[in-house]
Amino acid sequence: MIKEITISPKDYLKLGLTRDKLVWMLKKMMEIRFFEEKVEELYLMKGLITGPAHLYFGEEAVAVGVVSALEEGDLIISNHRGHGHALAKGIPMKEVMAELFGKATGTCKGLGGSMHVAISPERGSLFASAIVGSGVPIAVGVALAFKYEKSDRVIAVFFGDGAVNTGAFHEAVNMAAIWNLPVILVCENNMYAIGMKAEKAVALKSLAERALGYGIPGIIVDGNDPIAVWLATKEAIEKARKGEGPTLLECKTYRLKGHGIYDQAKYRPKEEVEAWLKKDPIINFKKNLIELNVLSESDVKTFEEEIKRELDEAVNFAQKSPILSFEELKNYVYA
Amino acid sequence: MLRELTYAEAIREALRNALIKNPKVFLIGEDIGAYGGAFKITNGFLEEFGSERIRDTPISEAAIVGAAIGAALMGLKPIAEIMYMDFIPICLEQLANQAAKIRFMSGGKLKVPIIVRTQYSLGRAHGAQHSQFIPAWFLQVPGLKVALPSTPYDAKGLFNQALKEENPVLYIECSLLYRVKGPVPEEDYIIPFGKADVKKEGDDVTIVAISRMVHEALAAAKILEEKGLSIEVIDPRTIQPLDIETIVNSVKKTGRVIIAEDDHKTGGVGAEITASIIENAFDYLDAPITRVASPDIPIPFSPQLELEYMPNKDKIIQAVNSLLKG
Ligand SMILES: Cc1ncc(C[n+]2csc(CCOP(=O)(O)OP(=O)(O)O)c2C)c(N)n1
Repeated sequence: MIKEITISPKDYLKLGLTRDKLVWMLKKMMEIRFFEEKVEELYLMKGLITGPAHLYFGEEAVAVGVVSALEEGDLIISNHRGHGHALAKGIPMKEVMAELFGKATGTCKGLGGSMHVAISPERGSLFASAIVGSGVPIAVGVALAFKYEKSDRVIAVFFGDGAVNTGAFHEAVNMAAIWNLPVILVCENNMYAIGMKAEKAVALKSLAERALGYGIPGIIVDGNDPIAVWLATKEAIEKARKGEGPTLLECKTYRLKGHGIYDQAKYRPKEEVEAWLKKDPIINFKKNLIELNVLSESDVKTFEEEIKRELDEAVNFAQKSPILSFEELKNYVYA
Repeated sequence: MLRELTYAEAIREALRNALIKNPKVFLIGEDIGAYGGAFKITNGFLEEFGSERIRDTPISEAAIVGAAIGAALMGLKPIAEIMYMDFIPICLEQLANQAAKIRFMSGGKLKVPIIVRTQYSLGRAHGAQHSQFIPAWFLQVPGLKVALPSTPYDAKGLFNQALKEENPVLYIECSLLYRVKGPVPEEDYIIPFGKADVKKEGDDVTIVAISRMVHEALAAAKILEEKGLSIEVIDPRTIQPLDIETIVNSVKKTGRVIIAEDDHKTGGVGAEITASIIENAFDYLDAPITRVASPDIPIPFSPQLELEYMPNKDKIIQAVNSLLKG
């Protein structure tokens, strides 16, 4: 029941994806990458951002691939590495940036920070938990509500390779499986949980095999190809909408930076990093789209300028935004 | 109309009414369906409401609470059951880190109006892993409310308030009280949270008693009154929020206070109440505040030893006597 989904770039245009959608995907991936570069700069060089920030560098194709398969009404639940999920789901850069600055204009009014930036229910990004694995039971509850209300909505929950070893994950996947709940389980296997290699943490050949223990399908997909991720997610969503339950997607990708912004990631072998740099999802996707004549080099340049301008505005907005007054905090504890 | 119901029947009635009145209410927990609940509170519900609304789960405490949270985020009103309070630590992460904090962390965008029902079985020879009472753990969890009904009347009224809450509520039952009878109105009345109940008025000593200890305190008061003492018994009913005002007013009147509780003495709810009394009414105290609680050891199985372990009316009487001597 474990299968692998791959797609040759030659066939991108045969899948029913519009050119606009392909362009949107590339732009979003670029937006996430530039955003993370900016965060790194603000954090390391300017000291304007503090606290933990787990960058999504290199994993952009996963969020973008998954989100582009979702429809209006579908939701996502994110985790501690959520900047990319937030941006993919359409949360404006300035809100995400303001949250990183701890400002009242941020997604969580500055009370969530980097690890909870992806909380924006109005944009379909329901919740983000920074406790590894703990978003999965909550996603199961959301799916239970969808089923209870007899809607055909689905929820996609993002988690890392480390999360598949937590109790919360196992309890929740089992529950989703016995009740055939519409949950898309998106494992972003970036090969590391902080410094712990996924292959040392799991005695299986692939994390997708975890699905076998719960009687649900597992799909291995190239997490650096947004189209492959889109295809796999689409398959999982179709099943889920039909009431056939959850699917575990293992998106194989790589964290091009350290675990958090402060982590030099010296534990990664140089050859490994170099090999993955060659598989950079953005460089490759851009190249493929240009070869397919979906867009030109100069289009890409224009996007770049647009995104950078927007990013500068976002930083400006975040810097100028106020913080909540301390007295207000108690208003957010009880409803 | 007032009828006599048991504590268990009052809870059952509150649950059943909620299911009838609000289609968004559903129950989720282990063996709550065909088996009828470990304490038979939900007996017959599966037949009446069906398996979607009475959702039997695998043994997965974290996922039970997590699923309740997710469903609540979507606008449902889940009532989760954790069979024994001793199992709450398994889902403590979901309860304390998720349910209680989600509203805050989201800058007020999200609400988690779940009820988590559980019970403690001290006094039934269930041993150290099935008898524990740990309400004080939750005093340090802003965002969570904690209700501890001691009578059938309070059980129904507090539950009805829990249903209206937009916050997560931990509703802690006491299984030794399930068969205790008392008057319960038929209509759906509400007891607000944070409003202590003066279970008995008196002038000489205040006894603040929690859950099961309310009954022991009342029994002690009766015996002490035969000796000419006048005892006031206060039941906070919720410890988060805690009605410190009613307690302090009573202490101002009596000048003497005993706190009676089933949890461990060290760091128990009584410790918090003690500190609050000192902060608010130190000058009115004529004697040291005295706590009657469980010793700091796990609960022994041996029924005789368990009886010795448990706080009871005799220990309260002893405490009152030494207070008055001192
Ligand atoms: C339950 C829990 N244990 C430990 C941590 C500390 N921690 C934060 S992120 C992380 C690694 C998570 O790895 P993974 O799930 O693979 O996600 P990634 O960071 O690689 O995206 C750890 C151990 C935590 N947040 N939660």
